[in-house]
Amino acid sequence: MAEAKYISNDKLTAWLDELAGKMRVIAPTRQGDAVVFAPYASGQSVELAQEATAPPKSVVFPASEDLLRYDYRKNPENLGQVDVELLPTISPEPTLVFGSRPCGVRGFLIFDRVYDGATYKDPYYLARREATLFATIACGQAENACFCHSVGSAPGDATGSDLLLTPIADGFVVEAVSDKGAQCLESSLLEAAGGKADEAKAFREKALQEMGEPQDFGPAQQKLLELFDDMGFWEDVSAKCISCGACTYLCPTCYCFNITDENAGLTGRRVRSWDNCMSFQFTLEASGHNPRPTKAHRLKNRVGHKFSYYPNLHDGIIACCGCGRCIKSCPVSVDIREIVTKAMAHQPPAVEEAAK
Amino acid sequence: MTILTQLKEQITAQLPKLDMVIGWEQGYDALHATPLFMRAAEDVERLQIGPLSVHNTATYLTGLRNKKVGLVVKGCDSRAVVQLQQEGLIDRENVVVFGFPCDGVADLTKVRRLIGDVGRVEEVETTPTELRLRVDGREEQVAMSDVMADKCRRCQYPNALVHDHFAGKPREPHATSDDYTDVQEFESQSLETRFEHWKSEMSRCIRCYACRNACPMCVCRDHCIAQSRDPHWVTQDDMVREKWMFQVIHAMHLAGRCVECGECQRACPVDIPILALKRKMNKEIKEVFNYDAGVDPQAIPPLLSFQVEEENINERGW
Ligand code: SF4
Ligand code: SF4
Ligand code: SF4
Ligand code: SF4
Ligand code: SF4
Repeated sequence: MAEAKYISNDKLTAWLDELAGKMRVIAPTRQGDAVVFAPYASGQSVELAQEATAPPKSVVFPASEDLLRYDYRKNPENLGQVDVELLPTISPEPTLVFGSRPCGVRGFLIFDRVYDGATYKDPYYLARREATLFATIACGQAENACFCHSVGSAPGDATGSDLLLTPIADGFVVEAVSDKGAQCLESSLLEAAGGKADEAKAFREKALQEMGEPQDFGPAQQKLLELFDDMGFWEDVSAKCISCGACTYLCPTCYCFNITDENAGLTGRRVRSWDNCMSFQFTLEASGHNPRPTKAHRLKNRVGHKFSYYPNLHDGIIACCGCGRCIKSCPVSVDIREIVTKAMAHQPPAVEEAAK
Repeated sequence: MTILTQLKEQITAQLPKLDMVIGWEQGYDALHATPLFMRAAEDVERLQIGPLSVHNTATYLTGLRNKKVGLVVKGCDSRAVVQLQQEGLIDRENVVVFGFPCDGVADLTKVRRLIGDVGRVEEVETTPTELRLRVDGREEQVAMSDVMADKCRRCQYPNALVHDHFAGKPREPHATSDDYTDVQEFESQSLETRFEHWKSEMSRCIRCYACRNACPMCVCRDHCIAQSRDPHWVTQDDMVREKWMFQVIHAMHLAGRCVECGECQRACPVDIPILALKRKMNKEIKEVFNYDAGVDPQAIPPLLSFQVEEENINERGW
């Protein structure tokens, strides 16, 4: 792998401008009081000091996209005969996501197992995934809501990234993680990192160490299944939830979608858009029946999917990267760690009685 | 006896007669409170009130209609109770209201503006005039007057307007009137400027509908026209037009009903200043009908009634 490089803060904008000349760059940008990933405009300031409000999910998995357009063509000879012409829409641009945190990128590894799986390959997802590079920034200190180290990651985790940037003194040590990433290092603005590479390593190790002991969520896989029919438990932990979409839409690993046809006369679009299991409509069936009629059923699915059903299908891997967004952006501070912990400690009332 | 102790005693005494009492407790860190559902006497111990008790407890009422619910309320929360009662959306006899004098709540977005990211708050001490925080090992003191929610600065009803129990003594209002200067200032800008403002603010909306679900008066929720598949009023496209459409729907459906608790804006994960839209509608309602939502349980909300001759609408004059 290419040798480690270093870039000082005062050259960062020039480097971003250079990269933006080669491909579309998406970077954390301040909009009002929020920080969101947006197309980089030459010379703009980027917000690298903290985790962005929203993860870079939409770069690879847009909030909505046209899967196809269609045109109904009536046969002029025989008006009863209608042909449908399908027009493909996919055209991903080479893109660099600059300045995500490790958890924001690791979310795509959870996606990959579903949309790039053995049985199904999603061409829309794959085209964007293939066209997107990630230059990730290692975290120096975890936030109160962070728990990446408890779900198999770390504040300096480079898995899934193409470049890893570690903040050191007045700049960043930049290390290539993939061959594609190494190509981004061919800039005269970068210098050899030398001894700074060791400092970067120490920085990352310290950040992990300061997070303390990780929590073992492994047992939740079985325990959540046992609690599946205990609606009392789920009503209790979901009491304060207001059943919105903030937790899922801001989650780097939530990958569910909905499909809607938008018709306008004889033409139309088939739109795929984010969906979320906290919404009443998510499992609403055409008959009017809803197998998940209450927020308790729905929160059970969100927690169960991440910590039990997904690991069950995917080698025990938890479908949460510990970014903490669902905790800190929840309007009522629902804490997924607390729910999983409660589930793991839960004893059916009969067992509690017997233990007395 | 402190107000909190008195409140806890009142709740403990009533709890056996109720399915639950809703208040606040500390959440995942010292800066974030979270709604507390008290069902057993020991839950009452965790109750906290003060500048971090930001959530409107009345938001849960319509979802608990068949239950006996106790509700700890700030003044603005109580206005939602009143308005819900006026509209026949709750059964007042099923609700037991615990009031206390409210000194105002902190707007965490303002705290962030002042001291930067608040992801690593270790400790918070609240005094009547200050928030003292330890963040990232450093001490920060912010004056409540600098971080108080805007709604509190103009609050005329800090004491629960309806209550079955009240802890402490009622306090002076924070303001005596609301002249809607913020709305007037915004409106003094050109149409283009205002439209650009909203296009730019709404572009980051993620259509999570936290604004809707946090609203105590938004009672359609699962059946909201913003998401209904049939009829299909609003497309699922990630476009400003659709996002804006919902904010207009929300503002229109709340006209003369919005109690200005500010929950919609507070709940927004990307901090879109949407309360301004509801303030605009309330300003009009005030001018035309001289009505404040959720203040008088006996009053009939103007848009739920009909008068052949409206005092301030000169129909034949058009
Ligand atoms: S957990 Fe929080 S963010 Fe998620 S649906 Fe419930 S209230 Fe909304
Ligand atoms: S479940 Fe929550 S903590 Fe885990 S990745 Fe999603 S938003 Fe982040
Ligand atoms: S608006 Fe009034 S009652 Fe509501 S939080 Fe502010 S001061 Fe308290
Ligand atoms: S619209 Fe906003 S301010 Fe008005 S009642 Fe609903 S949540 Fe409160
Ligand atoms: S809470 Fe904010 S982001 Fe969510 S739908 Fe409302 S305005 Fe949009």
